[in-house]
Amino acid sequence: MVLKFDAYSTDGFYDELFLPNGKPRPVAQPLVTLINELEDGELLNRQKAAEASFMDNGITFAVYGNEAGADKIIPFDIIPRFIEANDWNRLEKGLKQRTHALNLFLNDIYGDRKCIRDKIVPESMVETCNAYLPQMQGFVPPRGVWAHITGTDLVRDTDGTFYVLEDNMRCPSGVSYVLQNRQVLKRTFPRVFSQCSIRPVDEYCSQLRHALEYMAPDAVKNPKAVVLTPGTYNSAYYEHSFLSQQMGLELVCGNDLVVRDKHVYMRTTRGLVTVDVIYRRIDDGFLDPLEFRSDSAIGVPGLMEAYKAGNVALCNAPGSGVADDKAIYAYVPQIIKYFLNEDQIIPNVPTFICENPKHRQHVLSNLNKMVVKAVSESGGYGMLVGPQASEAECEEFRKKIEEKPRNYIAQPMISLSRVPTISGDQFAGRHVDLRPYIIQGKDIFVLPGGLTRVALREGSVVVNSSQGGGGKDTWVIAANDKAPEQGQARHWVQQQQQQQ
Amino acid sequence: MLSRVADSLYWLTRYVERAENIARCIDVNLQLQLDLPGEDRPWEPVVQTSGDAELFFQSYGRATLENVLMFLTADRNNPNSIISCIAQARENARCVREAITSEMWAALNKFHLVLTGSDVQKRILDDPHEFYTEVKECSQLFVGIADCTYSHSEGWHFLRLGRFFERADQTSRILDVKYYILLPDPAMVGMALDTVQWLALLKSASAFEMFRKAYSSVTPQNVSNFLLLDPTFPRSVFFCLSAMEESLKQIIGPTKTIGEKSLRKLGKMRSELEYTTIDEVISGGMHERIDALQTDFANLGKCIFSDFFNGIS
Repeated sequence: MVLKFDAYSTDGFYDELFLPNGKPRPVAQPLVTLINELEDGELLNRQKAAEASFMDNGITFAVYGNEAGADKIIPFDIIPRFIEANDWNRLEKGLKQRTHALNLFLNDIYGDRKCIRDKIVPESMVETCNAYLPQMQGFVPPRGVWAHITGTDLVRDTDGTFYVLEDNMRCPSGVSYVLQNRQVLKRTFPRVFSQCSIRPVDEYCSQLRHALEYMAPDAVKNPKAVVLTPGTYNSAYYEHSFLSQQMGLELVCGNDLVVRDKHVYMRTTRGLVTVDVIYRRIDDGFLDPLEFRSDSAIGVPGLMEAYKAGNVALCNAPGSGVADDKAIYAYVPQIIKYFLNEDQIIPNVPTFICENPKHRQHVLSNLNKMVVKAVSESGGYGMLVGPQASEAECEEFRKKIEEKPRNYIAQPMISLSRVPTISGDQFAGRHVDLRPYIIQGKDIFVLPGGLTRVALREGSVVVNSSQGGGGKDTWVIAANDKAPEQGQARHWVQQQQQQQ
Repeated sequence: MLSRVADSLYWLTRYVERAENIARCIDVNLQLQLDLPGEDRPWEPVVQTSGDAELFFQSYGRATLENVLMFLTADRNNPNSIISCIAQARENARCVREAITSEMWAALNKFHLVLTGSDVQKRILDDPHEFYTEVKECSQLFVGIADCTYSHSEGWHFLRLGRFFERADQTSRILDVKYYILLPDPAMVGMALDTVQWLALLKSASAFEMFRKAYSSVTPQNVSNFLLLDPTFPRSVFFCLSAMEESLKQIIGPTKTIGEKSLRKLGKMRSELEYTTIDEVISGGMHERIDALQTDFANLGKCIFSDFFNGIS
């Protein structure tokens, strides 16, 4: 028998679909039953159909250096990851709490700095952040919101506990894959899907548009929001384009915008049209060549002046990256306590700050047991996975840490949870993380689920797509009290199917 | 609408239309070749019609069937090959993906995949008719999907403007070249005719059946009249100019604060054709008339660019 779960083993890891005794978790039962009943080869056919659908719809990323048209799809595995209703409710509360606290923290850092005076976070830690922008000191962004869109990376340890692994407050990417993965998977497993009471993800783009428009300057009645992209050669261009299309907003490049008298306009076939809100997918440093990097060809000269004059909103606000610095991360539990007087709902992974001499000593003597990360890197770069690293690699990091301790943190190795994944002609457990997306507008909205990233190489725990990672759909199960309305809809759908 | 987006819409549809015209022209000539088995070098005129003869002879030497098909279809070094056109169309679409509908993008993307498959060369040579039919259908599918899924507002009118611009240009070119090959000397008008060739000319503009309904005899006057001046046939130059004018007026809107140069230029071109007769054109020289038309097209293109795409710097 090929591609059945008979021989699948959880190998002592927390498995999102199976219990340690090898039985499916109740939420995954319908899917496991279906797959075990499929004819040989059918599952692979569905996997291929899913991949073809990504290709046909051009849901691809450009491979740098290849000739035009040589696009690749992000590897996608059709076995979804499940999250039970209770788990999700707790995660949702925890994510709202964290986002709220980090926004208050940013307001304070760029404002009165009470949390520094009260010794919650050391001043030196803030001022040495790469993402800290001194020119924003004293500035209050529209509605006091800094990070409008947040992607928080979560992992699950052997005992099933969720941890926050890192925060992403600088326009995180990937949400378009969540929405597209869902479209594809609904077609892949329609019947199982309708049996499982899965919470929909369709609301994201409406929520995002409302949040963006909410940030417009006060006097504006019908705000014009746009999405600003670095251009078609950016690897996330697909996402920029998809989100603007789904929101019904214009997608602009730097050259499409012009600043006159501290107001931002876009060039249209009918002349200049005022822009009130910019969802910018360009890094801080490239936004405005007059304010930041003067060699930026993708930015808009004068944009920051217009922003500081309050004539346009930028989402996320420049300088938000202070809150996702990997060293600041270690202080988040205290930040939550200080600003909200609450205990952290989703715990941090214990973190050693190499700047701290005691912590550094501990890290250096346990390098082969820890994961070391550069504080301002992302995408899985600048990382040492101690237990899987060679001696030479450990030595290299020892030197780096000793040279610039502020640039590094270390964490104990977490045994990331696994999900069965198609590997050749069998299922194999592969490690996953989870990136939920949080939007802060008038209220805080958490998209049910998020991007489940899977490390496709056996044993690997690095899930980034730049490092051989892929994606899975994430199925958040609806709580029972939400069921009736959806149940009726399902009933109707089933009737339709029977009639056909 | 952003100037950059309008620009891309206009060009993406021009490229799609161009690809369809190339496919149609090749297909007709494949059929023609079967009817004229003794013909020497039957593929050279096809290369001439494409306007890229120089480039062709530089890289291929002889105008064999295989060489011509590859050059016009799958050669990325030929900027006017079908693959180059569709790659350009897709790249333009990719830049404005959010401004068009998902269905339009998917249709164009599939079109591109049809041309980039690893077996494309084999498919072209094994069954060219089937292959070029598919190319034509991909183009028509795209136009149909745009019609049914995309709001008929400014963006759609830019698409339409580009499509009819390209079509008018192609029809006039094909008429020019064929007319020259078949009737190199105006004195030959009225002499015994190679009807098969004139029918082929009609077919390469998908005009044969509609021509038949309008005329009983295949004469150079009738064919030229139909392709140049017919008010209802959707590939005639006059029809295309009228359609462009409609769309341009919709783009400009009732206030007429923009696009004045383009509208004046296009209106002039359209009315000149509207009030001319085919006898006037033929006695004045078909080639000279079409040459003038080509100059007008080039100038109109410049007007459209400066009126709408240039942006305000």
